[in-house]
Amino acid sequence: MLCVPAAGLNAFLAVSGARRTEEVTVPMDETPASYGDTGGAAAWPAAGPSRVPAWIFSDPALFQRERTAIFRGPSWNYIALACEVPEPGDFKRSWVADMPVIAARDADGGVNVFVNRCAHRGVEFCRTVRGNATEFMCPYHQWTYNLKGDLTAVPFRKGFRRQGGMPADFRLEDHALEKLRVTERNGAIFATFDAATEPFEDYLGDAMLRYFDRVFDGRALRVLGYMRQVVPANWKLYFDNQKDPYHATLLHYFLISFGLFRASEPSFVRMDAQGRHSALISQKGEQGVIAGGDEMKHNDPRLKLAGPQMLQPVREFKGADTVVIQTIWPGLIVQQQSNTLAMRHVIPRGPGAYELAWTFFGYADDDAAMTERRLMQANLMGPAGYVSVDDSEVVAFAQDGLAPYDASVGVVEMDGREVNEADTLVAEGAVRGFYAHYRRVMGL
Amino acid sequence: MTPEDFRQLSPAVLRYEIDTLTAAYVHALDDAALERWPDFFTEDCLYKVIPRENYENGLPLAIWYCRGRGMLQDRVTAIRETQLFAPRALRHVTGNTLVQGWDDGALRTVTNYAVYESTLDRTSEVFNVGRYLDRIVAEDGRLKYAEKLCVFDTSVVPTSLIHPI
Repeated sequence: MLCVPAAGLNAFLAVSGARRTEEVTVPMDETPASYGDTGGAAAWPAAGPSRVPAWIFSDPALFQRERTAIFRGPSWNYIALACEVPEPGDFKRSWVADMPVIAARDADGGVNVFVNRCAHRGVEFCRTVRGNATEFMCPYHQWTYNLKGDLTAVPFRKGFRRQGGMPADFRLEDHALEKLRVTERNGAIFATFDAATEPFEDYLGDAMLRYFDRVFDGRALRVLGYMRQVVPANWKLYFDNQKDPYHATLLHYFLISFGLFRASEPSFVRMDAQGRHSALISQKGEQGVIAGGDEMKHNDPRLKLAGPQMLQPVREFKGADTVVIQTIWPGLIVQQQSNTLAMRHVIPRGPGAYELAWTFFGYADDDAAMTERRLMQANLMGPAGYVSVDDSEVVAFAQDGLAPYDASVGVVEMDGREVNEADTLVAEGAVRGFYAHYRRVMGL
Repeated sequence: MTPEDFRQLSPAVLRYEIDTLTAAYVHALDDAALERWPDFFTEDCLYKVIPRENYENGLPLAIWYCRGRGMLQDRVTAIRETQLFAPRALRHVTGNTLVQGWDDGALRTVTNYAVYESTLDRTSEVFNVGRYLDRIVAEDGRLKYAEKLCVFDTSVVPTSLIHPI
């Protein structure tokens, strides 16, 4: 064991006084070479993406930098489904990271995304989840904006009885709401703060775009409902969890115990060229029991569903894939688990918590039986899902172990130390891809 | 109690019977006697835990959706045998039951509830607040829920909902 070098520690404490000083010891081979001058944060371990330092999950200054570098940077952020705002005047509150925004459809039929923050004094003026409006007025001083986010009226702009009023050179057009660039792909709306963000199709890349278009194939969508939860863990732990198939055969006892999922099912990990997006893919066979070969300990022959009506999936997408969980950097998971389709929007709430906003949907032409299937299978997902609760609980456990031990380092070596795709579940290559990209964007 | 007896109860006795049923139900949950939970329902019951947002906008999605007692039993089995979750104790407080009237042999009632959650290392917190929309029938000599919709106001679920409401 080796103490962190005094000089490095001092540099570190200068910007983060709340850190513990007494027990900052880490194994020698895990020790960061130097905390150095990395904008006030500690450096990444020299081993690269097969090591993940704990401090990135709790550092408040780093969280502020993530807002700027990632969420205000060259990223396409999920905002809404187009079918949630079908008519002119329809709007929806949403978020980019924890920054409130509004998606509004204007009279021309286009969707605009702008900040939910009055240009005057910063009030989050829209407090309605969804609705229809002709304009937005801030309640504080009644500054009024149109559906494109342009400022249209300022009360007492010319003063009252020749007193007060804005300076003569005040121009409404200088004080629009901050606007994001918007893109829509087959019914899903994304927005970016950065003028340089590449087109969405290039952003995803061919392989990831094919998985995206598999669900968003141009058919009209219909929202089935929402679920929201707040988990006391850093947002990256959830995104990482959704790129980690290694845990699927071990943590999710429900699927395994009831014989609903087996490690022997063909499974794949795919990524874009930069490793920022990924897809975890499973192909369930049509046969019943697959004998032998499983390393999972929990398959329990006693357990059988007393209400098998919950899981009566039908194959609805072309090809052999039955489950595709796609992560789209930096804050979206597109879920296709048999017949449940959902957008999982990750909304960081400071370094120590994230909200997960689930929008379940189907297609406008689904028959009643298909809708029922989707609603039934939703029992697996969400804040009360047979499968999803394991993830929410375990990432909260992870936060409790990581935050106090913020000089510790995690090991991510399953199936190698590089950013690599896999044809197996026992792989962490996409997790490494996530952190490798995170480091590039954050300059760590 | 037969269905006919149930129909003939005086308002005061009817209220007493409903309050007794509600108390037995929440104590079964709070005392972690989960194995008894499905017995409060009819064989072909409907049980849902629904965000108010979905309920009031006519969106069909629930975070728990059970059709038939078997699906309730599966939830109990999963809680006992398969699901990972931090240790916790839940306590329900109910009140303000409104008897709304008869509907196809079932009594419709609405009851407010609050569920408090006590976990390791933290103080107790309000976990979920909402109302029960119930359809109650007499079956096998006792009162049971043919339908229980737990419509909750709480806009975000704290971490996860493991146990029935």
